[in-house]
Amino acid sequence: MDFELSKPQKLLQSSVRELLSRECPTERVRELMATETAFDEGLWQHLADQGLIGLTLPEEHEGMGLGAVELAAVAEVMGSFCLPGPFLSNHWASTLLATAGNNNLAEAYLEPIVDGTLRATIALLEASGDWDPAGVTATAKAQPAGGGYRLDGNKLFVSDADTAGLILWVARLGDELAIFSLSAGIAGMEIEAMPAIDATRKLYRVTLSDVTVPSDRLLAGGEQARAALAFATREATIAACAELVGGMQWITNTTVEYAKSRQQFGKPIGAFQAVQHRCADLLLHLESARSATYSAAWAVAENDPEVDRLVSVTKAYCSDAAREVASSGIQVHGGIGFTWEHDLQLYFKRAKSNELLFGDATYHRERIARMIIDR
Amino acid sequence: MDLTLSPSERAFRDELRAWLASNLPEPFAGQAHSEDRDYLEYLRAWQRRLFEAGYSGLTWPAAFGGRGATPVEQSLFVEEMARAKAPDVVGAIGIGLIGPTIIAIGSDEQKAAYLEPILSGDQIWCQGFSEPDSGSDLASLATRAVRDGDDFIVNGQKIWTSYAHVADYCFLLVRTDSAAQKHKGITCLLVDMKSEGITVKPLRMMSGDAAFNEIFFSDVRVPAGQVLGEIDGGWRVAITALMNERANLGAAVRVMLARFLETLIAALPEIPRPSSSHPSGSMSAAEDPLVRQKIAQAHLDLEVFGMTADRALARVATDGVPGPEGSILKLFWSELNQRMTQGAMEIAGPYAQLADEQEVWGEISYAYLRARGNTIEAGTSEVLRNIIAERVLGFPKSY
Repeated sequence: MDFELSKPQKLLQSSVRELLSRECPTERVRELMATETAFDEGLWQHLADQGLIGLTLPEEHEGMGLGAVELAAVAEVMGSFCLPGPFLSNHWASTLLATAGNNNLAEAYLEPIVDGTLRATIALLEASGDWDPAGVTATAKAQPAGGGYRLDGNKLFVSDADTAGLILWVARLGDELAIFSLSAGIAGMEIEAMPAIDATRKLYRVTLSDVTVPSDRLLAGGEQARAALAFATREATIAACAELVGGMQWITNTTVEYAKSRQQFGKPIGAFQAVQHRCADLLLHLESARSATYSAAWAVAENDPEVDRLVSVTKAYCSDAAREVASSGIQVHGGIGFTWEHDLQLYFKRAKSNELLFGDATYHRERIARMIIDR
Repeated sequence: MDLTLSPSERAFRDELRAWLASNLPEPFAGQAHSEDRDYLEYLRAWQRRLFEAGYSGLTWPAAFGGRGATPVEQSLFVEEMARAKAPDVVGAIGIGLIGPTIIAIGSDEQKAAYLEPILSGDQIWCQGFSEPDSGSDLASLATRAVRDGDDFIVNGQKIWTSYAHVADYCFLLVRTDSAAQKHKGITCLLVDMKSEGITVKPLRMMSGDAAFNEIFFSDVRVPAGQVLGEIDGGWRVAITALMNERANLGAAVRVMLARFLETLIAALPEIPRPSSSHPSGSMSAAEDPLVRQKIAQAHLDLEVFGMTADRALARVATDGVPGPEGSILKLFWSELNQRMTQGAMEIAGPYAQLADEQEVWGEISYAYLRARGNTIEAGTSEVLRNIIAERVLGFPKSY
């Protein structure tokens, strides 16, 4: 048993770190926050050129074919830079495209995604805010005589819809789940911004009214759709956890450093036990979240039979831990930590958006309860 | 990164699993309290059986009766014991902390006299560290040992000493030089608990059992050959032992906590939840969304603790030293157990206050009471946070 990242995994991490320190310092993060889409074409192309967009996508579609551990290693670094834009949503959607078992659509879209010219996102959540696809109500109706499908519905909290050329729309076709691959901007589709506290990743409402699409837009249906969405969500959830770990690492480093240099009562505030103990708890949360994230990433990569439970354990833990760490980091900083000027606010808000993304701790605890109480 | 088991680790686990399947004793029939002599003999017999099969002192070198197992194999052992609901290892203090210290710095005579009996359970050891005026500030200890010919004469008092009421030997810290700085005049003695002048007085814990004690030393003669390590060099011995103690308590506690949570989950369908708190009508605890949240939280805390413990073990295996994750383990599990038992009490409602341990309620209330001690024994949470702040985060000493 070995928890250390391998040499190639560490190299991958340091190449991402190098890229982001050059292309994505916090000044750039703040500039992008202030834009409508938080999307930087040049930065995206850099990510694509390094193979990061297709990191876990199959080699037959020009991806790197790596696993969830490498994904976690990369996402951790991205989280430590609070990387703006659609990396997570695009990863989620492209993984769904690659695993849904529809070769025509995968062939048409995965290559442009991997080379950086196209982005995709998934429209799943509705007014209920339920991450469980069983709660989807948006309707798909088969039209007579092979006339395709009629789609109606209202999706909320769709990440980065404005810069995605492809929207994977999760609907209900009769009693079954069905996922459609829609080009952005088709007639009858409306995209409207939902301004949110984490301005580094934008959210949208996407509405379809009386949209008819040809049959070949059906990416997957029934059990195949459910399984592919579950797989993609599992992997993306690990990436979100790893982002949280990277953010917690940044907050812990920054806070400990500040407590050592900030003087009050003639000594550094880090000489006081009340401050020291808060910092010790930052480390406890950070390292526990790291252990969980990489254990779960390993379980995803190895298709462990317990993977669903382990992913929920990890997402629940990281969601709560990151919120605690971000809050505590601000408290140790005092007044300066509460300002717009200090970068803590970026990480605090990202901790919240990642906490909610793919289900918060309450959602995942109920999933765990089903697995350990109702078994 | 590779979290799969190596072929030899897998073979170790499978062999152990098979052994447990045919060697696990029947659960103890009476009250499983440490002051009960029958229970003690039951536990000694279990340890002897483990010893005879080569499962006692796994990580000890083969030359001293262990099997030189890796930390990962040690962790597998603990996991399999938990899975099988095996009884506790009564000589855990000797195996986990005193034996390894004797192996590291003991004389050949000491190794010959103590190591095998520690493994077999023939010798139960206690650890005479804390005193009434020396708790977290252990180095201020005042129990004196004065040289008299070939002996030391010991006077003083120890407190909170687990197993002293049943122990054959005590791993005792004494002050041998009062003039030196407090860390420098301490010596470690291996003391026969049958020596004249030793009085053991059990202390009842708030949970009702008497697992720890006061020990009074009145002119107790200890031969100078019983010094472990150097005279006046006992502080280093103490620190080594304390580090082992924290690591070992963590491994053992994983067994206990997992077992408790399983018991609680099995009881849920029988625990009623009043209709007054659920407009939709009365339901069992297994269906109550609030209960489900608490149970899942306990489960995930325990899982994350386990993952961190595994990571710490893997680090020890590759680097020989525990990483930052090592120092946070004791802090994590002790507070997690308090959260978990507190949650269990809330779930049980008015039944939580019942004390009959033949019923699940008594098990819950006992665990709840006992958990209060977890954040105090083997280093209080405050001392552990000081250690993390100073040694891992590099803050100045705050006391």
